[in-house]
Amino acid sequence: MVPAAATAASLNCALFHRQGGLNRATRGLQWTKKQQCTRKPGPAIITAKFELKPPPYPLNALEPHMSKDTLEYHWGKHHRAYVDNLNKQIVGTELDSMPLEDVVIVTYNKGDMLPAFNNAAQAWNHEFFWGCMKPGGGGKPSGELLQLIERDFGSFEKFVEEFKSAAATQFGSGWAWLVYKANRLDVENAVNPRPLEEDKKLVVVKSSNAVNPLVWDYSPLLTIDVWEHAYYLDFQNRRPDYISTFMEKLVSWEAASARLEVAKAQAAEREKEQRKRDEAEDIQGSEAVEMYVDGETEDSGAD
Amino acid sequence: QTFSLPDLPYDYGALEPAISGEIMQLHHQKHHQTYITNYNKALEQLNDAIEKGDSAAVVKLQSAIKFNGGGHVNHSIFWKNLAPVREGGGELPHGSLGWAIDADFGSLEKLIQLMNAEGAALRGSGWVWLALDKELKKLVVETTANQDPLVTKGPTLVPLLGIDVWEHAYYLQYKNVRPDYLKNIWKVMNWKYASEVYAKECPSS
Repeated sequence: MVPAAATAASLNCALFHRQGGLNRATRGLQWTKKQQCTRKPGPAIITAKFELKPPPYPLNALEPHMSKDTLEYHWGKHHRAYVDNLNKQIVGTELDSMPLEDVVIVTYNKGDMLPAFNNAAQAWNHEFFWGCMKPGGGGKPSGELLQLIERDFGSFEKFVEEFKSAAATQFGSGWAWLVYKANRLDVENAVNPRPLEEDKKLVVVKSSNAVNPLVWDYSPLLTIDVWEHAYYLDFQNRRPDYISTFMEKLVSWEAASARLEVAKAQAAEREKEQRKRDEAEDIQGSEAVEMYVDGETEDSGAD
Repeated sequence: QTFSLPDLPYDYGALEPAISGEIMQLHHQKHHQTYITNYNKALEQLNDAIEKGDSAAVVKLQSAIKFNGGGHVNHSIFWKNLAPVREGGGELPHGSLGWAIDADFGSLEKLIQLMNAEGAALRGSGWVWLALDKELKKLVVETTANQDPLVTKGPTLVPLLGIDVWEHAYYLQYKNVRPDYLKNIWKVMNWKYASEVYAKECPSS
């Protein structure tokens, strides 16, 4: 999640990273000072330390489905420790001036995780998680999100089944996610020649420990924390009951819909940028050909 | 063959105050039992798949076997690693294991410090082990992720003591403070069991 004030510039940063594999002009996901300078101008990024933001509701607001005790420990101890420890790890480094999403992607380091990844990813995951729930949550999504769910899973019920199964079968610690996948072709260097709305797909994925779908270039819409600390005080070993309660009483479909809008906008922006780059390269290419043809005379332009 | 839940060699409350009776009961009757139930199910499916010659199914079942079979293996050892104080829990190791600890770690305190550090640093779920490398005749500290048995870290490793650092092992009592759980579990550590295993593997010392 990105602080509102930093949205424009940080979206671009994240885009820059994620396009590393697809963009023929960029070489991979290297974060250098040079790339930082090419960000579009926008509101200043909040440098300094990451903050532990409270959930968007009081700690007792999810009772009786998720107890105040759980929130006090889960947010007040676990989440707080990830943020505090992350700040200690990155203070004075280049990571200190980046939005959290970028720190996650940079420290994931294509799977060869750097030391700060665990705290960065868990800080991001938990902030995202609180936003996925609300008092009086549950029910069904509506509008476009529901449409896409029905299109990509067959029905809302089938989606719920798949999501619950992913959450229940994530062995050990981890997360289950509903994500928006912007490109059907996820092979590096493959360019989708006809970006169509239908290529943007919803999928359910699960991840272990701190890993989240940002590192796979997906846009998370919804998550459930299935580390035992997330449910043990309220449900002990009964993870399936916790998952059902989450779906029936806690999930905020408004939040998921809002994220879908952002994800679609990001995907559209990327395609625009990609088309511009492709056009620029094509023009360059054709100029080069012309110069070669006129190469007989030394001074093709002058007379 | 189907597997069944081994009896706990002591009452659920017998390890208090180091580990609460509530945790011991849930840990044994729910978590360990579930591993066994799912292990048996996976084995049944495996036998079916083998009989049918369905190799894809055989391969697909490996993770369920590793998770649940590993969970059964690890917890079966764990219950024997612990003992009530009045039955010797926490009593320091003597004899050959004691000497081996001094030789390989410097002192018992250093070993405990090392295991606690490894246990606290383990991300997510897993175990921290005191192991005997029976080929090198050396004691080592190892960690395994999730329910991976110790043998996944080396075929010559024999588990002497394992500490479960999954959150279910301590959360109700210690919440997020895993280091406190690690500090206290030594008070009910069954060094007698570890010494027996060690002596069997290394009869001459």
